[in-house]
Formats: sequence, C-alpha cells, structure tokens
Amino acid sequence: MTEEKPSEEIKIDIFKSKYVPISRILSEDEKKALLEKYNISSVQLPKISHSDAVVRALKGKGGDVIEFVRKAKTAGLSKYYRIVVGGSA
Amino acid sequence: MMMDEGTFNEVVREKIASIDFGMLSPDMVKKMSVVKIITPELYDADGYPIDSSLMDLKMGVIDPGLRCRTCGAKVRECPGHFGFIELARPVLHIRYVPTIYNILRSTCSTCGRVLVHPNEHAKLLEKISSTNGEVNEKVLAVAAHVINKTKTIRKCPWCESKQDKVKLMKPSIFVESGRKLTPIDVRERLERIPDADLPLIALNARTARPEWMVITLLPVPPVSVRPSITLESGERSEDDLTHKLGDIVRTNQRLFENLSAGAPEVIIEDLWDLLQYHVTTLFSNNVAQVPPARHRSGRPLKTLEERIKGKEGRFRRNLAGKRVNFSARTVISPDSQLRIDQVGVPIKIAKELTIPERVTEWNMAHLRKFVEDGPDKYPSANYVITPDGKRKRVSDETRDVILAELAPGYIIERHLMDGDIVLFNRQPSLHRMSIMAHYVKVLPFKTFRLNLSAVVPYNADFDGDEMNLHVPQTEEARAEAELLLSITQNIVTPRYGLPIIGCSQDHIMGLYLLTKHKEFFSRQDAAELLSRVGIFELPEKPGKTLKDEPYYSGKQIFSMILPEVDYEGSTKTVPKHVCKKEDCQFEDFVKISKGKLVSGLIDSKAIGPEAGKGKLIQAIINRHSMEEAVEFIQKASLLGIATLQKLGFTTLVTDTDLPPEARQEIKDTFDFAEKKVDEVLEESKKGKLKPYPGRTLRETVEFKIIEIINRARNKTGKIAERYIVDENNATMLMARSGARGSAMNIALMAAAVGQVHIRGTRIYRGYNERTLPHFEQGNIKPAARGFIKGSYKTGLNPYEFFFNAITGRDSIMDTSMRTPKSGYLQRRLINAMQDLSVTYDNTVRSASGTIVQFEYGADGIDVSKSDNGKLLIPKEELR
Repeated sequence: MTEEKPSEEIKIDIFKSKYVPISRILSEDEKKALLEKYNISSVQLPKISHSDAVVRALKGKGGDVIEFVRKAKTAGLSKYYRIVVGGSA
Repeated sequence: MMMDEGTFNEVVREKIASIDFGMLSPDMVKKMSVVKIITPELYDADGYPIDSSLMDLKMGVIDPGLRCRTCGAKVRECPGHFGFIELARPVLHIRYVPTIYNILRSTCSTCGRVLVHPNEHAKLLEKISSTNGEVNEKVLAVAAHVINKTKTIRKCPWCESKQDKVKLMKPSIFVESGRKLTPIDVRERLERIPDADLPLIALNARTARPEWMVITLLPVPPVSVRPSITLESGERSEDDLTHKLGDIVRTNQRLFENLSAGAPEVIIEDLWDLLQYHVTTLFSNNVAQVPPARHRSGRPLKTLEERIKGKEGRFRRNLAGKRVNFSARTVISPDSQLRIDQVGVPIKIAKELTIPERVTEWNMAHLRKFVEDGPDKYPSANYVITPDGKRKRVSDETRDVILAELAPGYIIERHLMDGDIVLFNRQPSLHRMSIMAHYVKVLPFKTFRLNLSAVVPYNADFDGDEMNLHVPQTEEARAEAELLLSITQNIVTPRYGLPIIGCSQDHIMGLYLLTKHKEFFSRQDAAELLSRVGIFELPEKPGKTLKDEPYYSGKQIFSMILPEVDYEGSTKTVPKHVCKKEDCQFEDFVKISKGKLVSGLIDSKAIGPEAGKGKLIQAIINRHSMEEAVEFIQKASLLGIATLQKLGFTTLVTDTDLPPEARQEIKDTFDFAEKKVDEVLEESKKGKLKPYPGRTLRETVEFKIIEIINRARNKTGKIAERYIVDENNATMLMARSGARGSAMNIALMAAAVGQVHIRGTRIYRGYNERTLPHFEQGNIKPAARGFIKGSYKTGLNPYEFFFNAITGRDSIMDTSMRTPKSGYLQRRLINAMQDLSVTYDNTVRSASGTIVQFEYGADGIDVSKSDNGKLLIPKEELR
C-alpha cells in the first residue's frame, strides 16, 4: 500500500475547456436551501471526489456542494449539484 | 419449541442493525438439532420411517396425516427441524480448503500464532482495532497482506520453531514435508490459533473459529428440504440429498465399527477417504478432481451447491424468475378485422383463464348462471371461493351443493370473456411497449390473434412467434392496465416521442394510391370503400361527370376518416427543407386543413410507425387525443386495405426491367469506371501517384478505387431510377410510399449489386494475395475484390455469386454474435437501474432516496408525452 503522492498542480484553466461545465461552490445558506428544497440530507446528494480536477480548481473541501451548469443538445442548460466527498470535512 | 397460533401473523417492527455471517460450530449443530442420525435404513417393513434414520419423524413430516414429533404440526405447517450425524473421524469442508490452506501456511505449526513478528503484530491489530471484530474491506486487506507475507516464513517469530512447507494436494489433502496431515492434525493446528490472532486472518472468534472448518458434526437438513416422492407404482423415490446423506451415514457407521473393532490402518484410512468424498460431494458435486457422485441411472446427483448456483439454481430460477398463474402462451397470427387494442383469444384458453367476480345481491342471478353452466360450457365458471377462503371446483358433482350455498360474499371465477382486459407480451421485453393491455375477443381455433398495426411495438411476425397473455386478477390491476398499459396509452414511444403504432405495408400502399390525384370513384365505389371503415355517409360536394353522375376523389374519401385537424408536411420523397409548399408541382406537399386533405399524398411519413414518421398521427394526438389517433389508425388501415382490394395491386418481375438503352448506359458506366481504375493502377505503377497525406501509396490506391466504383454504382442506381418512372410500377410505388422496400432495393434488382463489403473493406482474404483462383495474385481490380456488376435480375456470374454468399454468411455470423452481447448489456443496465424512479418533484431517485437527476432527463420532459421530444407549449407557460 503506497501513499498517493499529490501530483503537482497543473497550471491551466480547466474551465476554458468546453467539456468542463461552469461550476461554483455553493455558500452555506445556498446549500441549506438546496437540501430543504429537495427535502434531503446531504448524503442523498450525488457525490464528487475531493481529488476531482474541478474540485481542486475551485479549492473545494469535503462537505462543499458544487453547482454545475450543464449544456446539452437536447435539454439546453440545466443545473446539477454534487457534494464533495473524501479529504477533510 | 411449540408454535402457537398467530406466531406467523405477528408483525415484527425492528430494524436490522447488522448481520453476522459465520460458520456452524459443533455446539451450534448440536443445539439446533433434534435427532442424531445413526441408521442408514429409511423405512421399516411396513414402510414407516425408522427412528434415528434420515427420515426420522422428529425432523418434520412430509406425509399427509402424520404429525411432526418435534412441533406436533402437520405437513405444511411444520417448518422442519435439523438433525445431525456424528462423524467417526472429522473431514474437511471442501469449500474451506483454500482458506485452511492459507491459515496453515500463515500460522505456526507448534504454537499456533500467526507468523508475524510481535512488533508488527501489535501494529496490525491496532490498525484494525476500530472494526470491532467486524470483517470489512480494511480487515480483508490486512489479512491478504498477512497471508501473502507469512507463507514463506520458515521460523516462527514467537516460539522460534522451524516451519515446514505445507502443500495442498488437490482436492483436499494437506502434505507437510512428505507427511500427510489428516483432518485430525489439521483441526488440532487450527484449534491452537489463539482468539487474539484471528482478526489478522480475517476471522472472528465468536462467529468463525478456524477449527470449525473441519467438520466433526454434520448437520442434516430437515425432510421438508429433501422430500421423497411417491411414484404411481407406490414405490418411494428419495431426494438426491437423502441419497447422499444415506451414503454418509452408511460409510460413517462402517468407519465406527472398524474403529471399535481395531481394524488395520489401511482399511480405516480407505473408509475415512470415502467419508471425505461423500461429505465433499454433499456440499458440491462439481469439485475439480473429484468425480461427481452419480445416481444409479448414471445421472450426477444434484447436491447442495447445485441447488443454489447458476441459471437453474434457486436465485435465478425460483427467486428472480418465478412462474405465474392466470397466464397463457401460444402462437400468434394476424387478424386485420380485430381492433388494434384487441387480442383474439382461443376459446380453449378462455375456458382455462378466469376472472374472479364477487357475488353481491345485485349480480347474484347473473353470476349464478355461470355456476349452473360450468365448467364445460363456454361462458361459465371453473371455481367458486367461499367467504372463508375455500376454493371449490365447479363440476357435475359439486354444482348443486355450490348453487345451494351461493350467497353474497362468494367469489366466482368465471371464464375470460369479450371485453375483459388482459396483458399481452412478447419476449425479449426490451422496452415498455413489449407488454401492453388488450381487450379480449374470444375466437375459435388455437392461436392468439392481433391486429397488424400492433405488431411493430412487439417486434412480432407470424413465422411461428409465440406470445404470452396474463389476466389481471384485481380491480386495481385492471384499472392500471387500462390507464397505463393499454395500446391507446402507448402509441407514442418514449424513445423519440412519435407514434410506434401506425399503418404499415398494405395500409400505406392503399392510402397512397387512394390519395393520388387521378383516382376518382363512382358513388357506388365510394360508398363501398367507406362502408368498410364503418362510415355510411358520402363526402360532400361530389364532382359531376359528363353524364351528370357524381364522382368522388380519393382525397375526399380519405378526408372522411380524418378528425378535425390541421396538418402540413411533405411526403417521404421530399425532405422538409426542400419542400416548395404550395408551389410544389408534384403532390409532395401534404396539407390538411380542418380535417380535409387539400393536397399531397399520404405516405409512411404521415402514418408510418417508424422513427421520424407518423407525423399526421402525432398531429391528431396533439389536437385531440390518443383515443382519437387509435380510431384514425384503425380506420386508415381498413380504408387502405379496401382501396387496394378495389384498385388491385400487383408487383411484377417486369417492374425492374430496364430498356436496352439503360442497360447500355449501365455498361458504359462500369466500362468507364474500369478504365479509370486502370489509369490509377498505371499511375501508381509508374510512381506518378501522390499518396494522400498520412497514407501509404497502397492505401491511396485503395481509396481511389473505392471512390471510383462507389461513384459508378451510385450512377447505375440513378440510371435505373430514371428509367423506372411508370406511374403504375408497383415496385417503385412501394418504395416511394414507404410501404415496403427502398430505392436501394430496386437498384439492387435492376441495376447492379455493387461492392461487397466485409467489415467495411473490400474482400481481400481467401487465397494468397487473391480472393479466388479465378484471379491472378495481386489483382486489385474491382472484379477481383468483390465488385458485382450483375444485378439480381440479370443474375450473377459464379464468382460474383460467391462474393455475395460471403456477405450473407458474414452478416449471419455478425447478428448471431452481436445479439447475445447486446442482450447481456441491456440486462446489466436494467439490473443497475431498475429501482430508479421519477418522484413527484421531478427528481430521479434511487430506492434509498439519493438523487440521481435533479430534473428528469435534465429537462423534465416525458418524451412519450411530447412531440418528437419537444414541448408544444413553452415551458414557462406550464407551471
């Protein structure tokens, strides 16, 4: 079992890629409102790893909820939320 | 343990916190057993079960009338009780052999400690201390690490004793430096391992002491697990498990006797090995290097593992795939006179399948009649259920008794009748339209009958296909069937939001001909056509002939079946963006205004059931309802058939005949192409050819040749199309209307077959550097690489025929290998997603409530209720 060595941060803006959705970290209030809106606890949210490139770029930590604005050919713009898992809470 | 009434009915309201999986200890086996089995004989001379045999009545009863000696319950009430066999010598549990092997190599043969250095030992224990004896991934990882590290250690770090290498001789003999370890030796070693060391090898002292992997007391499953069958001859036939257990008891007793008689070691060992064999095959008859135990007939016994495992096992056969009552299966055949939402049910099946109807004061007389007639007459009843739940068969003997007691509260199971709703299904059930609700129409003969329009969603044809039918038994089920599963509710597919039920083949052809501008009908013909659809009026404003007789155009007649609807579109032959609308000089602009066909032809694009088609039906659904659309499809198909019968429609071999000048043109095209190919070859030989960027010269030549022959083939297709323009050419009409076939098929018959492809390339394999001995090596001209100049009509020459056969074979192989693969992929997808559902807030959630999508499909659109995947109303106006 070897410890994973954090690779050196890549110095490019991944959000410039059209394949990376626009994303931001929700504020505590927004997060609360979201959970209330769907009447769920945070474990019922879709997850995203703390080591995900987007999370690292946003400097997200465990427990943060990230909002993605996705663009699809059929559905147009839509919002999606994921909670950061792993790492320190 | 006596069972009192109500034990089964009491609701237990406790949440299961955790489940421990462990092994049975000898103590546990003894505790859960009610009898010790010692006699191999099963029955005495009177056929009564012998005490302490495998059929001991203490283990439960399987014969009606007898009572269980343990719980006192009768046949179906007694759940059965375990017994046990005390083995004269312990044997290994075959499925734990690999585990035992690991443990033996990882522990000290003298002191029993795990062969880890004391320092690391403490560290590792610390690492998994938080798990509290539970075996989780972390513990397993540690254990894997320990086992891997310790198997080569030759000196115990605890007691310094030398460790010999233990070898496993498959299937179940352990050898240590040339000496065999008996199960007794193995057990002793396992016993020595201290509880404290067990977590390191992923065991839990409370639930799984390692020595329990060596069996000393063998549990005997209750008789209800291995019921014997009484044959017609009165002979008893025992279950495979009973046979196997009998072998064990017999061998065990012999071993006991030989042991107490002090028999020579060889005999004891032989019997011991035999006992090991029998116990091994009791668990699994499929162990490598162990010959399967066989029945007298030579059939391998079905023992414990085979009962559970695999396709035929308990899970896939009995739990995941259950058989159902109130269902029927037979061959299907077409009946164009049935409505789309009907299914023809053979009378023989209608008399088997029943619908329960509850007797009330109001329907008493009506339902009594069924009992009076039953069960042989057609609409009658098979069974009556009394209010206390007893089911009584209606027969000549019982009828009078039943009639006498019949009162409100009774349930009568009456035969299936016209108008009952049933579910109809064809496998493979790949989409939700594979099961739909139909209304019963009881018919003579022995096949299920269905309307041709209903064939598409089931992907059925009539070459011997069979379908299943299920009869819902409750009002709730019938309501759901009608509201959710009926054909009417499912004409639009959730895949792309257009009708999947529409007119096909003859229907389309008929309507295409009917709506062609030059068709006119006399008063009588018009009336005849419309009466076939059930319309007994004539169109308004007929034209007048010279003799002052009224005539009706096909468009007028077609308009009679249209509901009030507006529609604009083009025919299949003209893409939407090319359509010149009102300026169209042909009849390709289809316009319906206020339910009257103003211009254009009705073809598959308006009424067909495929993707991107059926737009007129969709328009009717949008304007009116699914019900109205079904009504229209129904009338349209009948009108189509009627028209074809009136006008006549014949495809001829001469439909694909080409005049000599066309043939010449085709020949010239091919000659020209061959010349061009020769030029390319010549150029490349001289080295004048410039390769395409990133390609070799050879590849470039190949591309050029392919380009040339493709162009030539397409041109011949165009030529054929140009010469086959006759208004009455049935083959062409079929392709144009979308009824059957395409321009491609016509080109194949009339012009040329063209290039044969295998996996996207020209044919190259066969012999060395050539496809067939007809060609010299290295010949890459079109003909030598599978280009077919002949058409199906003119015929192929021998090598062309051979190339054509190659593709036929290749495509059969392809489908026969792809179908199971995609089927399995589909199965995995369904298993993974089966309990996702769209909730009332439009989120998609799993069974545990976790969100998968925040808005179904990201746009919240139910495609089957949309117009080709789009909303008709802007979304903002919805809420």
